Amino acid sequence: MGHHMDLLPHQLIRLVQLGQGARAIRADAIWQCVSCQTCTSRCPQTVDCAAVMDALRQMAVENGVAAPAQKRTWTFQQAFLQNVRRNGRLSELELIGVFKTRSFADDWSVPGLWKDSLLAPQLLRRGKLHLMSEKVRDRGVVRRIFQRCEETTAGQPSLESGGSHE
Amino acid sequence: MARIGVFTCWCGENIARTVDVQHVAEALAAEPGVVCSLAFKYMCSEPGQSLLSRKIAEERLDGLVVASCSPHMHLRTFRKAAETAGLNPYLVEMANIREQCSWVHHDRKLATDKAIELVRMSVAKVRHNQPLNPIRVPIVRRALVIGGGVAGIQAALDIADAGYRVVLVEREPSIGGKMAGLSETFPTLDCSQCILTPRMVDVAQHPHITLHTYSEVESVEGYLGSFRVTVRKKARYVDIDRCTGCGECWTSCPSGKNASEFDFGLGRRKAIYVPFPQAVPARPVIDAKACLKLTRNRCGVCLKKCQAGAINFEDQDQMIEEEVGAIVVATGYELYDIKARDAGSSVSGYGEYGYGRYADVIDSLQFERLASASGPTGGKIERPSDGREPKTVVFVSCVGSRDRAKGIPYCSKICCMVNAKHTMLYRHKVHDGEAHVFYMDVRAGGKNYDEFVRRAIEQDGARYHRGRVSEILEQDGKLLVRGIDTLAAVPLTIAADMVVLANAMVPARGVQQLAQKLNVGYDEHGFLSESHPKLRPVETNAAGVFVCGACQGPKDIPESVAQASAAAGKVLVMFARDHLTREPEIACIDQRSCSGCFTCLQACPYQAISRQEITDRAGQVLRYAAQVNPGLCMGCGTCVAVCRSKSADLAGFSEQQVYGMVESLA
Amino acid sequence: MKIGYYPGCALHGSSNDYEQSVRACLQQLGIQLDELDEWICCGATAAHMLNARLATALPARNLALARQQGHEQLLAPCPMCSMQLLKANAELHDRRVRCEMSEIVELPLDASVQVLNLIEVLQQVSCEEIRHKIAVPLEGWQPACYYGCLLTRPPSIVRFDDPEHPQSMETLLRICGAEPVSWNSATRCCGAGMTVANEETVLELSHQILADAHAHGANCIVVACPMCHVNLDMKQGAIQRRDESLPAMPVYYLTDLVGRAIGLDDRQLGIDRHFVTVG
Repeated sequence: MGHHMDLLPHQLIRLVQLGQGARAIRADAIWQCVSCQTCTSRCPQTVDCAAVMDALRQMAVENGVAAPAQKRTWTFQQAFLQNVRRNGRLSELELIGVFKTRSFADDWSVPGLWKDSLLAPQLLRRGKLHLMSEKVRDRGVVRRIFQRCEETTAGQPSLESGGSHE
Repeated sequence: MARIGVFTCWCGENIARTVDVQHVAEALAAEPGVVCSLAFKYMCSEPGQSLLSRKIAEERLDGLVVASCSPHMHLRTFRKAAETAGLNPYLVEMANIREQCSWVHHDRKLATDKAIELVRMSVAKVRHNQPLNPIRVPIVRRALVIGGGVAGIQAALDIADAGYRVVLVEREPSIGGKMAGLSETFPTLDCSQCILTPRMVDVAQHPHITLHTYSEVESVEGYLGSFRVTVRKKARYVDIDRCTGCGECWTSCPSGKNASEFDFGLGRRKAIYVPFPQAVPARPVIDAKACLKLTRNRCGVCLKKCQAGAINFEDQDQMIEEEVGAIVVATGYELYDIKARDAGSSVSGYGEYGYGRYADVIDSLQFERLASASGPTGGKIERPSDGREPKTVVFVSCVGSRDRAKGIPYCSKICCMVNAKHTMLYRHKVHDGEAHVFYMDVRAGGKNYDEFVRRAIEQDGARYHRGRVSEILEQDGKLLVRGIDTLAAVPLTIAADMVVLANAMVPARGVQQLAQKLNVGYDEHGFLSESHPKLRPVETNAAGVFVCGACQGPKDIPESVAQASAAAGKVLVMFARDHLTREPEIACIDQRSCSGCFTCLQACPYQAISRQEITDRAGQVLRYAAQVNPGLCMGCGTCVAVCRSKSADLAGFSEQQVYGMVESLA
Repeated sequence: MKIGYYPGCALHGSSNDYEQSVRACLQQLGIQLDELDEWICCGATAAHMLNARLATALPARNLALARQQGHEQLLAPCPMCSMQLLKANAELHDRRVRCEMSEIVELPLDASVQVLNLIEVLQQVSCEEIRHKIAVPLEGWQPACYYGCLLTRPPSIVRFDDPEHPQSMETLLRICGAEPVSWNSATRCCGAGMTVANEETVLELSHQILADAHAHGANCIVVACPMCHVNLDMKQGAIQRRDESLPAMPVYYLTDLVGRAIGLDDRQLGIDRHFVTVG
């Protein structure tokens, strides 16, 4: 993915080392990363680059500075988690519906709204589309797990306080 | 009544900052038997030693305690000073109030109290010290050199040229080591074989050198000055004394498809072969796994062709005993093998580079053979897969080296220079070729080294990219080398015809087993441990065993040769003495009280205890008792611990001395 | 042999053809799947991107359920699920994490459940047994075995095969009579969960994989991952619309090919529900 990134993975890691994580979390690159883990498995210095990417993404969202150009990616992931929070399991149809509506509100692209819908009949014919979403019986525990995890992530150190080498 | 002197050292600030040395001196002055107690700024300095000598004479001292640093550091210094002043050196003890007190504590009061107790213990010990005399051991003025690469050759020639006999043992059929296979050497680009082969011939012709090739050290017994070494001479199936090296055998041998070890698999050799034309000895060897006669009892052509009658299919491994006084280990290195996946190996990886799967991904020693005039291509750069001249070659640094994730954190030291040399050799032979180097850092410390790298870049047009190669793919007959140039921050893909990996240097296989036979330590990577990294770089902790070359750590030819001469120098220092001395702190057994249970004989790790007949005047055997061989005893004290009748004791650490120390604490 | 089974959302969603294939093939090989009751989503990419705690808690809840329901081994045929479960398992070795997570997921926890990917379960059946059951050897099949990211990475967590040159699928398929090709893309990424959010990336990466398989003489691709199948099979039409020269390349689950070799038909394995069909 490197050739699409505004900052390359080694540059992101270096920014964090220099205390300029605030720049790193604004990068498009952290949302272009597909978490394939190749960087982690090949780094001679045993840096877990993929985990650093995850941390940068979390900080970007928490600090409200996630790259606007990559909004589709992070709103999708947020919608995914909300969906799991509600049902305990993923309901694909519901997720696509919510995601399409939200991204439509952002770019008003009608073709974008309908693009994947063309696949729907084909999926249905192959028995791959489930109109009723699958849910776990005890959805209360799922909700409580989410709540507890959200509490514990709040108050993580902020990158904004990092040193300055401008 | 004893007359003991106590000297407390400030060690500048080192001790005095945390320990009130004046107070220690005063406290010790009150100890029974102490007739003089002083503190001085630097006891090891010339004035400090003079003070010591003067007080020995003035106060007629018969025991000495120096409270300062570790005995490892200065026990020898103070014992020598005492000896000069006429006191038996073994009446000197040290109390370590630096490493074991001032350096590890902060509270001045507590540290001072502890220092007083430490010194008091040493005073208690020295009260019972006996004068001892070093043990004289005879010396066999003959050296064993293990490994016949450039380091071993240098060490052997230096010792032999000084007039002493040398036994040189080499595992391969010829001496010469890795250097014999190199094309040209940095930073001068002189031909490796041109400078090495004359020295190989010198070894063969030297009247003082006995050469055992195709041989390995089987076992080592004995000690400094007198080692008994058993050498296994592997079955060569050729009597090298009869053989004239005419070549009839290997030209007629029908088994010709065996991968040549000397060419690292790039060339082929016969089943009976001389590894390379300049081999020493220039005599063939039969590969028992490839020979049709030895595997299937067919053929035997070489036997018929040999007019000298040198072929012997019945040959067996032979054991040879050699008596030597000193040993030099020069077993060298090999390259980290990407393909090897030993279960126990901590090192593995680099499947992404396709070595072993793609014929045109080779390592740097293989490239040396391609560039060498004596190599499988006669010095033409041809890629292994189809023999075409590669027009784009990528050289990859740090394959294994400096990669903690793959198990090798160290820098292999030579690869930066090797890469620069390779780009030059390549560009000199393929004028329209492109040479790329991927590097993490260029480390070219050494005389004329950095200039050499700049020459590769500026004059010979090597293209250097700071960054790592992430993977190598094969597509349409090209190798796609995907990497990054971090200075430009751009990912790069280079379509190459050949890739040369600078694999890490690792110790030659089997060196750990050899080290165990020699009682020499090694680090987690298998490199042999020197006695002190700065001040005893070629000595080991096994007395009389020295190291040189890449078996001790990654190094290049100039360094290996320098270290080999240093090791030879240390051997010659030993040989220049009339006799050797050993510390007299060894065990002795009181045969009057020995009950003859021989538990000590079984417990002794050095086989230093034997059974002795106790006879009456008429020669009648009354009983058997244990006896210590002072030449073999290392003074470990195991026999003292296991002796049921309390007949064993250790000179310098007698039970009386040790109990005295313990009681002084009460 | 009976084994705990964690299907994950994809196998109960649009990748239910994968579940069909896994169930059919394993049953034929004598392995009974015992589905984990009340399993919840592992959190997938979304959790590890947005909330590290959740990325441990969601799989930990499933591990706790497995323990409660007496499963010693748990098959997760989706590599994203199995990696998430393995990663949580590794983290649970730390006592502090274990106590904290136990409170969050409301169940006692330990790191005792062994999580297996699909290939590992097939490896538990001996080569001899598979060979014995082969009815239709896969003659003429030259699959490109595609491992993707998470079957072998991160190696410190999943500890499965050589992360740079895996061969376990090849070994299994050779037993079945196929001749797997050697190619470049076995462990490259197809774009994974970016299918909806960042389709461009998926189309570009998956295109490279399809083209590479074709260039190295493969007549099909074999996967052991629902997302890889979606991106290479369902999205293949979209990829072909951008590059019309790209020939159709059928994409099979590993159990499709093993299942065929041991005598199952396309309907039993759900192969008829794939997007790309040939012949």
